[in-house]
This record gives sequence, C-alpha cells and structure tokens, in this order.
Amino acid sequence: MAIMRMRDALREALREEMLRDERIFLMGEDIGLYGGSYAVTKGLLEEFGEERVRDTPIAESAIVGIGIGAAMGGLHPMVEIMTINFSFLALDQIVNNAAKLLHMSNGQINVPLVIRMASGGGSQLAATHSHSLEGLYAHFPGLKVVCPSTPADAKGLLKRAFRDQNTVVFIEHTANYGLRGEVPDDPDFLVEFGVANVMREGTDVTIVGYSGSVHQAVRAAQMLEEQEEISAEVIDLRTLRPLDIETVVRSVKKTNRAVIVEDAWRFGGFGGELAAQVMERAFDWLDAPVARVACKDVPLPYNRNLEFHALPSEEDVVEAVLGMFKE
Amino acid sequence: MTTDIQHDLMRELGAERLGLFLYQMVLIRQFEERCGELYTKGKIRGFLHLYTGQEACAVGSINCLEERDKVLTHYRDHGHALARGVDPNGVMAELFGKATGVAGGRGGSMHLYDVEKGFLGGYAIVAAHLPLAVGLGVAAQMKGEDFVTLCIFGEGSVGEGEFHEALNMSVLWNTPTVFFCENNLYGMGVPFKASLSTEVPKLAAAYNMPAVSVDGMDVLAVYGATREAVAHARAGKGPYFIEAMTYRYRGHSMADPELYRLKEEVEEAKRRDCIERLKGQMMAAGMLDEEGFAEVEARARAVVEEAVEFAERSPQPALDTLFDHLYKE
Amino acid sequence: MTIEVTMPQMGADMVEGTLVRWLKQVGDTVRRGDVIAEIETDKATVELEAFESGTILKLVAHEGDIVPVGDVIAILGEPSESAPEVARKPVPPPAKREIEPEVKAAAQKPEAVPAGRAEPAEREPEAEDGRIRVSPVARKIAQEAGIDIRGLRGSGPDGRILRRDVEAAIAARGAGAAAAAPEPPAPAARPLAAPAPALGEVAELGKMRRAIAHRMTLSKQTQPHYYLTLDIDMTDALEFRAQLNAGLPEGQKVTINDLIVKACAIALERHPKFNAAYSEDGLRMHERVNICIGIALEEGLIAPAVLDCQGKSLGRIAQETKDLVERARAGKLTAAEYGEGTFTITNLGAYGVETLIGIINPPQAAILGVGAVMPKAVVRDGEVVVRQVMKVALSADHRVTDGVEGAGFLAEVRGVLEQPARLVL
Repeated sequence: MAIMRMRDALREALREEMLRDERIFLMGEDIGLYGGSYAVTKGLLEEFGEERVRDTPIAESAIVGIGIGAAMGGLHPMVEIMTINFSFLALDQIVNNAAKLLHMSNGQINVPLVIRMASGGGSQLAATHSHSLEGLYAHFPGLKVVCPSTPADAKGLLKRAFRDQNTVVFIEHTANYGLRGEVPDDPDFLVEFGVANVMREGTDVTIVGYSGSVHQAVRAAQMLEEQEEISAEVIDLRTLRPLDIETVVRSVKKTNRAVIVEDAWRFGGFGGELAAQVMERAFDWLDAPVARVACKDVPLPYNRNLEFHALPSEEDVVEAVLGMFKE
Repeated sequence: MTTDIQHDLMRELGAERLGLFLYQMVLIRQFEERCGELYTKGKIRGFLHLYTGQEACAVGSINCLEERDKVLTHYRDHGHALARGVDPNGVMAELFGKATGVAGGRGGSMHLYDVEKGFLGGYAIVAAHLPLAVGLGVAAQMKGEDFVTLCIFGEGSVGEGEFHEALNMSVLWNTPTVFFCENNLYGMGVPFKASLSTEVPKLAAAYNMPAVSVDGMDVLAVYGATREAVAHARAGKGPYFIEAMTYRYRGHSMADPELYRLKEEVEEAKRRDCIERLKGQMMAAGMLDEEGFAEVEARARAVVEEAVEFAERSPQPALDTLFDHLYKE
Repeated sequence: MTIEVTMPQMGADMVEGTLVRWLKQVGDTVRRGDVIAEIETDKATVELEAFESGTILKLVAHEGDIVPVGDVIAILGEPSESAPEVARKPVPPPAKREIEPEVKAAAQKPEAVPAGRAEPAEREPEAEDGRIRVSPVARKIAQEAGIDIRGLRGSGPDGRILRRDVEAAIAARGAGAAAAAPEPPAPAARPLAAPAPALGEVAELGKMRRAIAHRMTLSKQTQPHYYLTLDIDMTDALEFRAQLNAGLPEGQKVTINDLIVKACAIALERHPKFNAAYSEDGLRMHERVNICIGIALEEGLIAPAVLDCQGKSLGRIAQETKDLVERARAGKLTAAEYGEGTFTITNLGAYGVETLIGIINPPQAAILGVGAVMPKAVVRDGEVVVRQVMKVALSADHRVTDGVEGAGFLAEVRGVLEQPARLVL
C-alpha cells in the first residue's frame, strides 16, 4: 500500500498495464511532451516512447476513430479526451461505432478501447468547460461507463478497463485528481465493474453518488450523524454501466430512504434512472419519495458564487435528507 | 479507347482475371437490379442505396488487395462486399433481415460485415469510417504486419471534419491507408461542385498525400491506380488518395425522385458503362465473344436467384437473440 | 401464366401510393425495364418500371387511385390469356409494430441479461424484514382513518395493501363513532361465529370489535378530549317539524335527526375548526362538510356520511339521509361515504338515553352526542313551564379547539334549533 493522489494512481495503472500488455498504447492531445493536461500521463512518453504514447492533433473525432480502428486491428488503445467537454466532437465515433459495432456486426467486430475523459464543474471554467456527462454515456447500450471516486478505485478500475473486450468510457472528476488515498501496489489489483462500494454504513437513509458527488455524500453523512443523529449509508456506484442496482436496493430495503447525488443536471439525469429503478425494485420499502440532489438546470456560470449556487453541495444533501425525516 | 498502358495491363491480367472482373461487375449489376425489384415488393426494407453504374470502382480497387488486407466502405456497400468475395447468399439474406445474413439481420443494407474476408463493414454515417481506416493502419504498424486498409467513401465525405482529420493524421503517422473516393457527382441530390470549393485530389495534396483522379467507369484505370496506391502503402510510404469519377444510374436511394438531374445526363453516363466497356475491350482482344458474355450473365443470374431463394427460405432471427453481442465477454 | 404488377415500395416509410398516370394501356407489350406508370408517393412522383415482360391484360388501378403498397395494380401475361378478377382492397390502417406470429412463437428461451441491463423487478413473496407491503396512498388513507394496516390483508401483487383494501376495512369497521353504542352484531359478511363462548373462557374478537377497539384506543390515546354539555329546547323545533311534515307525503318526512344534521351543518360552516383534522403539519381544514350519522343495521351499526351538507337544504338533507339509510341497508354505500366523514352525530335518543358523551372518530375533530327529547320543567320568564328538552354533549379534540370555541359551536347549534326558521333560511 502506498499513499498517492488519484492522478498518480491512474498513471500507475497505465504504466503497469502497458508493461503487461504491449498491445496497449496511448493517444491524445498533449499526453506526451506536455505530460497530460491533468498530468496523468506525465513521464510515460519518456518511459514508453513515441509509438506507444502519441501526441495527436486537436481532432477529437479522429482520435477516437483511430482508436476504434486500432482496436479493430488487434490493439488495445487508450485515447484521452482532454476534457469531457470536447467529447461532444467525438460523440458520433463513440456512439455510432464504438458502442454499436459488436452488436451490428453480429459479434464479428469488438472494440476493446479505453476512452478517458476529465469531467465535472466547480473550477470556474464556465458553461462550455464544466460538463458532467457520465449519465449521457451510460444511456448508450454497448458502452461501459466507469467513474471512480478514490485513488484506489481509479487504479483498480482503470486496470480492469484494459482487461475488457469492450469500449470503456472512463470518466475522471477533476476535483478528484488531487485526492490522496491508499492504493494497493499489487500489479494484479483490479476493481470489478458493476460492484458498487458501500463507503459508509448506516441505517436511516441511503445516499447514492458517483464520481465527484460521492465526496459530498460522505461529508453530508458525517454532518447528519454529528448534527442530526441520522445514520446515513453512502454508496459509490463506481460504474454506471454495468450498474450495481442490487447493492442500492439492498441498502434502501434497510434504510427505507434514498437520496441520489450527482453533479449532472437534474432534468433527464442519471439520478432519474436510478430513482426509477429503486421505485421499481424497492417500492414497498420506501418511506419517502426518492430524493435527487443535482446541478440546477442552468449552464454553469463563471462566477464562483453563482457556480457554487448551481452545483449540489453537502448542505443540499443534508437538507434533502432532513426533508425525509420531517414529521 | 484502349490505351497502350491498358493493353499491357490486359495482357498482364489475362483472360481469366479479366473475366473475373467482368463477372463481378455483372453480378453486382444484376444483384442490385434484383434488390431494387425486391424493395418495391417489400422484401427488402429500410434504406436501400443501389450501386448500379459504379461497379468498376469496387471491382477495380478491391481486386488489388491481398487476403490479409482490409476494406471499409460507405453505406452503398453491396458491390464492395460482392467484389471482396462475401457470399451473395449472406448479403441477400442480410437485406431480407434474416438470421443467415452476414450481420445476422442486425445491420441491413447499410451495415454489411464479413471479418473473415477482411470486409470490415459498410458505414452509414458519412466519413465516420475514415479515422477507423487510419487506426487500422496504426495497428498494422505497431504489430509489424503489412496489411493495407482500403477505405472507400463518396465525395460527399469531403465536407466532413473527419475527412480532414483522418487524412491529416494518416500522413502525420504515415499509415498504410488507401483513401478511395467514389465521386458519383451527387451527395444525395447536391452536385459536388456546389458543395466543394476546390477539387477533391487537391484536398489530399494539401495534406501532402499523393493523389490521383481516374475514370471510375473504367475498371482497368481503377485497377491500375489502386494497384500503385496499395503498393505504395504496403511499402511503408504512407497513405495514398484516389478519386474515381463515376456515376450512379439509380437514385440516391429508392425514394429518390431524381429531380436534380436530367434523364439525358443519366443516358449519357450509361454510354460510358463499365461493363460494356470491359466487354468491348475483351472482345477486341479476342478474350470474349457474345456467347461467352451470355454465359457470364447467366452465371450471375443463377447466383442472384440462388441468393434470393436462400434469403427467402432463411429463418428470421429468434427474438431471444436480441441481446446477443451487446458486450463481449 | 399471368403476372401481377403491384404498387411498389419506394421508400422506407411508404405505405401507399397514388397512381398518377398509366404510360401503357391494355394490349400494349412491355419489356422488362420499360416505364409503365407514374406513381406519386408522399415525397415525390416516381416512375414504375416493369420487372417482367409481357402484354398488359388489365389495368386494375385507375389513374388517381390511392393504392396500398403491395396491392395489384395491373396484370401482365400472354396476349391470349384472360386476366383474373382482382378485388381492390381498402387502404389499411397505419401499420402496427407487430412481430410475425411464427417468430413470436419461436421465442422460448428466456432473455439473456447482459451487463448493464436491469433485471426485471424482483418479487419476493415475503418482506424479509417484516415490512408490510402497502401502497403510499393506502398507507395515507389508513393513517387518516386510524386503521392499523398490520391487521389488513393486501389484495395487490405479493399481498400489497392497496387503497381498496383500506377502504374495505373502513367500511367493515362500521360506526367508528359508535363507541358508546351497544356492541354491534357481527357483520353479515363474516362467517357465522361459533356459538357464544362459555363463561370463563376468552371470547374471540370479531373484526369489527377489533376495529372499534383499535380506533377508540387511538382516539383516546392521541386526541385529548374535552366535553361540553348543553340543554336545547326543542319545543319550537318539534312544532316546526310537525308543520313541515303535515304537507309532506310519507317517505319525505323530516326527522328530528335531520334537523340536528342541518343545524350542525350550519354551525360547522360558521365554526370550521370543528370540521377539521389535526396533523403535525397543521390543521387540515376540510372544504366539504360530510356529517356521519349512525345507522343501525341488522348486522351492526355503521356511520356513513351525508356528503357535502354545506349549503344543502333541510329537505335535501332529509332526502339524502333517507337514501343513505336505504343504500346502507342494501350494502351500496360509496367509499367516500364510508371513509370521508368530517364530523359525527351519534344519537341514542331513541333508546331513551339522556346524555351521550361520544368518543371522537379520528381524525375528525369533534363528535356530537345526542340524547332523547324529554319533557322537562323549565323556568321561562319567571314561570315554570314544561318544554321539550334535548341534552347534547360535544366531545372535541383539544389540539384543534379550546372549550370556549366549543361553547360557541354548541350555542350556534342551539340557536338554530331553538329558532327553527333558520333551518330553512
């Protein structure tokens, strides 16, 4: 075990996997000489050379498309979309090729590809640079969507992504890059997809989060315990596709209340999907309607106060929970 | 009509190989005409884009490839599949949506695949397969293999950003990719001169890619150019660009009223028909007579009829296969 | 052999086409590839080519006809042949997304469940933590009516208690306000109980007895009652009633109880807090005045409500009460009449009871107990006179109202009954 930041854990995963499997190579904007916009790939160019760590032109669609082609040709590429906001330019490749080729070719063509993207608001980058699109990608059957919240998970899930025969959209919240935590150094350490993590056990309410929002959930749970004597269970979904609804349902059957926290917009968001599944599967165990704490339905503004007002906070989570306990 | 270079090429290819080209073009023509008829009868559904008139492009280019090479193409893809040797029964069954189709009835006309034949698919989003072809080139390079990827697209692609992104990166990374543009003059109904401010080969030249324009109604011209392009790519010299000037006799799709062109223009193009041309060349060279041509037609007809019959009697995909191949274990 | 030429499919969404023009006529010879007609689709006019050669024997569709895709429009054949009769079919309705029956029948294997796909909702027969399956609306109604859902059997999926189950329980509960009433006989729906148990043994509680026990306990445990009693001089009201009934046919006559219901309706409109329900969120001030009245049936006492007494005339109330009684006897009460009462009048006057102090029917805020009308010596203008006097007792929820408000309410009831003209104002 070593204590490291999430960006270092991600780099360790890439290093270990590249050493393990020579079919793996990296492509992206500024991942080589520059060391990666969020320093995830720092040093890898020096270690693995230009063929396996490729700086690309600013051409998101071709970056992903070339990754798909290389995967079809027998490699296991990782393409980095510098931030998730630019992935709109590659959406057709991700949705129409990566997600569909296996099914549409009746199993003949699979696309083992890892697409990494930095996601999330809260950094005063204004509306075009502050998206949370985990739920958008989770909408498409054929993709796997992974969104770690801790350094250990980041490493174990990214390593697991390279063991997958399908396209994995791997979304990293920018607020988590600097997060420190214990990370196993075992090169065989993997975190399985579709297994949610119970971050904190509790008995009164289940708070479900993913990516950046997990940390708001955990802090809210602490506040609830200290100030309100409410015991909250916190679940980190880790992967949205496949989705571990079992763990959520099991928890809700225990606590009888569920709050979903996400950075994405509330309207049409993944939280709505989750709420529906909880309703379908734990209807008789609910003491209150499933609550959603999410980004307000507005493009994120540059101004710090306005942005923070729009994004969900731990206080919002606490308030949502208290609303369920109001007599 | 037949140039000295083509005389040499015909001699080199010989009667058997030229006969194959002729047969493939006739097969595609008959296959497509039959598809048009079956569409009007509701046997084939969805969108149907017929390749009639453009046969020389597929036959001339794809026959330059080795077995290990790859082909990616656009959604007007029946001709390319047949030229690549994909089983006509499987293609027709796919158009019928049957379980025995080359994509198990999941793809339809626009999405044919046969990985074993190196036929990596018809792509129905304009220009979306160009980056894939570059990626396959990257794979060849990194795996130390010498396969070449032939990427066929229409001139409508050149307005798409992916066209430019792919050409640029292909040159930057020197991938073994042959970009083959079938310029049939219309992107659906828009004349390409109204949608492109320059000429197609100049775009490739702008990215420092060797580029030629050939008569796409002449299978020998297409073959000659593509053979050079493939050799160039296989030798590690990087990508190559071919524009083949061609013409589709049918509408863009079955629903096309063809308001954008005159019948005279279509008739004019038919006078340059690729089948008639090769037939004439082969007859002049003493490689074929009318009886031989009739035999070619009869053989093609039999294959098409067998394909229709196969498709007709093939089963529908079972409903419980709906979720098959969503993820690979 | 003749060949059918059909309306072609010329586009993915085409379902019918208009035959614009025939370019060939009967007797004409056509060759494969010849254009024989012009067809108009939703998008464009297209040419129809012949896919076979032959002689046109018959043109089935006429120019201008709208023909469904696949229907015969012409017949080709040898010149010597005759064309068969072809019936034109009507244009079919828009296509439905229907799976071909043989394909549907072939589907037997259960669906594979790939990663990321939700499995169908699980259905455990029993709630593993002892939790009771109850729909939110059923829970709410049960709570408001003070029904203990633990005693209920759900009729929904996996035994989920539904709204209808709670409403049935409310109905079966009968006169919840009849706390002071004699033990109601077992309801007819219940199987005849075993003979009365011998003394010294424990007698089994019937469903109705259980419900009454539960509700009255709930009332006494959660609703702090206060009680006010009052004498009402009914002499004028009786006279008034006699005058009214003199002109009315049998079956439309007004009862003393009708007078009291009307008087309470008037008083409730002026004192709406007695037509309310207490909850932690606040007072639920009912818009409707639904006054429950006890009706003695053979199988027991029930207390359905006369709905919407607000603004209703005395005659109307009398009529509806009569109707209510008849329907109660026929077992044809509505759920609202069972479950949506807002105030109760319990009257044991017929039994000669002088004072009846009722227990509030939760979640209502008050109940009026009514005793018998009895001749009494009262002092009027300094003289002792005999008047017809009725004792009423108001039991009210102290969380909702205070005694002085109760006094005001009772005074209103008395005021109306002692000046009976107000009953018809």
